[in-house]
Amino acid sequence: MEQQADTLKVDDLAKSFGRGSGRVTLFQGLSFSVAAGQAVALTGESGSGKSTLLHLCAGLDVPDAGRVCVAGQDLSRLREPARAAVRRDRIGLVFQHFNLVPSLNVAANLSFQARLAGRPDAGWCDELTTRLGLAGLEHRYPEQLSGGQQQRVAIGRALASRPDLILADEPTGNLDQASGDAVMELLLSLVAQTGAALVMVTHSERLAGRLPHRLHLANGRLA
Amino acid sequence: MMYRAALSALLSHWLRHKVQLASLLLGLALATALWSGVQAINAQARDSYDRAAAVLGQDRFARLTAADGVVAQADYVALRRAGWPVSPMIEGRLRLGEDTWRVLGIDPVTAPKGVAPAGMRASAADFAAFIRPPGLAFGAPETVAALGDQPGLPPLRGLEGALPGLLIMDIGIAQALLNMPDQLTALVLPPEVGAGLPPVQTIASGLVLTAPRAGGDIARLTDSFHLNLTAFGLLSFAVGLFIVHAAIGLGFEQRRPIFRTLRALGLPLAALCLLLAVEVALLALVAGVIGVALGYGVAAALLPDVAATLRGLYGAEVAGALTLSPAWWLGGIGIALVGAAAAAAQSLWRLWHMPILAPAQPRAWARASARARVLQMLVAAVLGIAALALARWGQGIVAGFALLGVMLLGAALALPSLLAALLAGAARLARRPLPQWFWADTRQQLPGLSLALMALMLALAANIGVGTMVASFRLTFTGWLDQRLTSELYIRAETEDQAVQLRDWLTQRADAVLPIWSVERPVLGAPVRIYGIADHQAYRDNWPLIAAAPGVWAALADGSGVLVNEQLARRQNLWPGATLALPGKAGLRVVGVYSDYGNPQGQVMIGVDLLTTLFPDVPRLRHAVRIAPDKAAALAREVRAAFDLPADNVTDQAAIKAFSLGVFERTFTVTAALNVLTLGVAGLALLLSLLTLAQMRLPQLAPVWALGLTRAQLARLELLRALMLSALVLVLAVPVGLALAWALLEVVNVAAFGWQLPMHVFPADWLRLGALALLAGGLAALWPAIRLARMAPADLVKVFAHER
Repeated sequence: MEQQADTLKVDDLAKSFGRGSGRVTLFQGLSFSVAAGQAVALTGESGSGKSTLLHLCAGLDVPDAGRVCVAGQDLSRLREPARAAVRRDRIGLVFQHFNLVPSLNVAANLSFQARLAGRPDAGWCDELTTRLGLAGLEHRYPEQLSGGQQQRVAIGRALASRPDLILADEPTGNLDQASGDAVMELLLSLVAQTGAALVMVTHSERLAGRLPHRLHLANGRLA
Repeated sequence: MMYRAALSALLSHWLRHKVQLASLLLGLALATALWSGVQAINAQARDSYDRAAAVLGQDRFARLTAADGVVAQADYVALRRAGWPVSPMIEGRLRLGEDTWRVLGIDPVTAPKGVAPAGMRASAADFAAFIRPPGLAFGAPETVAALGDQPGLPPLRGLEGALPGLLIMDIGIAQALLNMPDQLTALVLPPEVGAGLPPVQTIASGLVLTAPRAGGDIARLTDSFHLNLTAFGLLSFAVGLFIVHAAIGLGFEQRRPIFRTLRALGLPLAALCLLLAVEVALLALVAGVIGVALGYGVAAALLPDVAATLRGLYGAEVAGALTLSPAWWLGGIGIALVGAAAAAAQSLWRLWHMPILAPAQPRAWARASARARVLQMLVAAVLGIAALALARWGQGIVAGFALLGVMLLGAALALPSLLAALLAGAARLARRPLPQWFWADTRQQLPGLSLALMALMLALAANIGVGTMVASFRLTFTGWLDQRLTSELYIRAETEDQAVQLRDWLTQRADAVLPIWSVERPVLGAPVRIYGIADHQAYRDNWPLIAAAPGVWAALADGSGVLVNEQLARRQNLWPGATLALPGKAGLRVVGVYSDYGNPQGQVMIGVDLLTTLFPDVPRLRHAVRIAPDKAAALAREVRAAFDLPADNVTDQAAIKAFSLGVFERTFTVTAALNVLTLGVAGLALLLSLLTLAQMRLPQLAPVWALGLTRAQLARLELLRALMLSALVLVLAVPVGLALAWALLEVVNVAAFGWQLPMHVFPADWLRLGALALLAGGLAALWPAIRLARMAPADLVKVFAHER
């Protein structure tokens, strides 16, 4: 998958949990890279470490060994504030459970990360609102939305700051098939439009098939 | 930009949780209000004492005084002739009608600069008017207004800043007014006294030099009262902080998912903590301003009663209007900030150590570890041991308050473990599934409710403790009044001539006419009222002696013995067997000590013959009359008619008792008000905790609802739970309250007021308080219960549909 400049580059990554005899190695020696504009599905059985790998890529967790570089910055060398800055400025995160800020309305949630990053773009947010089918819902709060609507807000939030890398963890896992397909369609279309790299964790073969590239995590190794 | 966006996201939580915001602001505002209100009262009182000290100059100047309190004018003249720059001063109390006024006589020519208040510097014409009869008296504007055109007084002039109740005049005028010719109470020395002067002792051997003092007598005397108020203020503040801690803690716990999201979206941990600290500071600032304003209201409302208490207990005059400095306002806001910081510290600490990928489910203390509870119990045990040690070995007012503090804190810390044990026991006894769930669920709620329950227990224990103390005092006081007021009528003549006629007239119609004659003279350096009493069976049968030597009444009658009141006995260690010098007679034997509640001053009783011998000019206007009770009213009517006496001059026993009890009740109005406020704050803490927890309880209630319980049934169980917990807290608060009452009566009261009182228990009061506690608990649970009963099923179903 080596193409132009790598937006995400993972080298010889290892992660374990527990201590002593109870220590479990989740994976080791993982290496891959994702270039700008590429969309990669990360699949694997439950408990294979997909979400943990995604968290490491986002700098939410720290590896035992190896390197994670996002837009040329080695996250493993950065301290927490600098890793936070990379997430804020370079990465868009989409969670399975949406994780919207419940006290902010749709419009504020959608523009939230862009404002955090100091790059608010009202025009782009308006376009995202329209493209995501959220027009007319701007003043509603998350609890007043359906699951599909909430996930579309989460996608909008991830894209509003025009990040280099989108990391999505089971973005349709909480939705029915029709809603999931619609959300997926939008995500891929918008990612393509922004030119961001996308890594999407899913356990669905069907959804994974819609992405041009796939990494399969099994027994601590990538296939 | 990042900080603004993140702060707006954090603050938006409060806009969506208005009840929680209100609880936080209200808790902090109430805590600040009660604290700053008490501080305002203390500041006002201290200001009055400082003004008193400044007016009297008593603290800043060395003084020469006599052991028996009276300095002969001849000694003053001799000292002046010897070159001593002394200035004479006379101080005494003047009774006009039912009121007593303090009179201060100074010599404007010789007085060192600063003895008289600055406002008294006047023109030559004023100076002449001041020293020449009829003289000129200065007093606070309210004092001048109250006195009006009272006959017998020199012309009055208002003086801003003067102490209420005090009249300052020329020494000659004061001597005449106080009926103390050629007598002085002190000689004041300027700060600089020239060298080479002959020793005072060689000129006036009986005089003692007293060095300038840092604090006023009244300030020292009332320290305990203010410490008492401060302790109450602190208790209220602590109870208020429970609310703040609960509200901030819940606010943090509820926002754990938001914190995780914010950090995932790139907000550094340090920035998040900083923003939360700023948020807490902003909220504290708003609550502080509200609290200080409320505190002003509390102080303004309570000050008249506090002034009455201080006057009643210590004879200290405090202005009735508040004048507060900017430092007080800033101090109030500062204490709100400190309180909020203390309440938020634990939550911020937890957040600082929370991994970014920690579970996002709100914990709301529900998973507070058993280890933390064990630690709490250990601290409670240590505090219990400290309380026992203080009770056994502690002495003085500070030790008394330390005892109260450790006792209350220890009991509050032990409460959650005790409740958990009781609930676990109940759960083991339950056999049917619903009670089993009820007890288990209640136990699970404990961590979330424990702070509010601790606040409730503190308030209830304080209520029981202070209530028991006041009621014990009331019972003792009422009994004491019965003993002291044995005569059926109390009559005051208008003039000495009329008094002679009155005595003759009454002697023919009543069983006995007993004089109530007294003078106020300095004894052992302080003003003491000296009464002369007749040798009569009424005293032998009823007088409330708490210590007596054999033959007490005979010794009093023959003039060799003297009775002293409990305050004077404790203050000067004058118990039977000791000797006491009165002006004009030394070596009087103390033969008894009597209780004398509600009187700030020392008091002495001698035989009436000795009184008239020592003080021939004693006013002889007042008399007690013994007569068959059924004839008293008729005699009162007759005496009024025969001597054309004003109605106030003839009072019966019941009227005086009612008046005295009225004074007593007013004395404790402040205590009662603070008690009620503290209980109200605790009830509010419970309400707010239940309200904020109600929303978080849905995941626990929804499955039970889904399994077949109706919303109404669940609501009733919620109500029952609050009532049951309130009742349990009350049961546990009773022993704590009684221990508190014991400490107040046995340690604090003796140190503060000089009286020791027997402790009585009043179970009926506990029942009343129990009803109040249940009412507070029930009301607190009512709203959340109604909301639950009316909750749309769709909201309960959501629990199963979403991560909450």
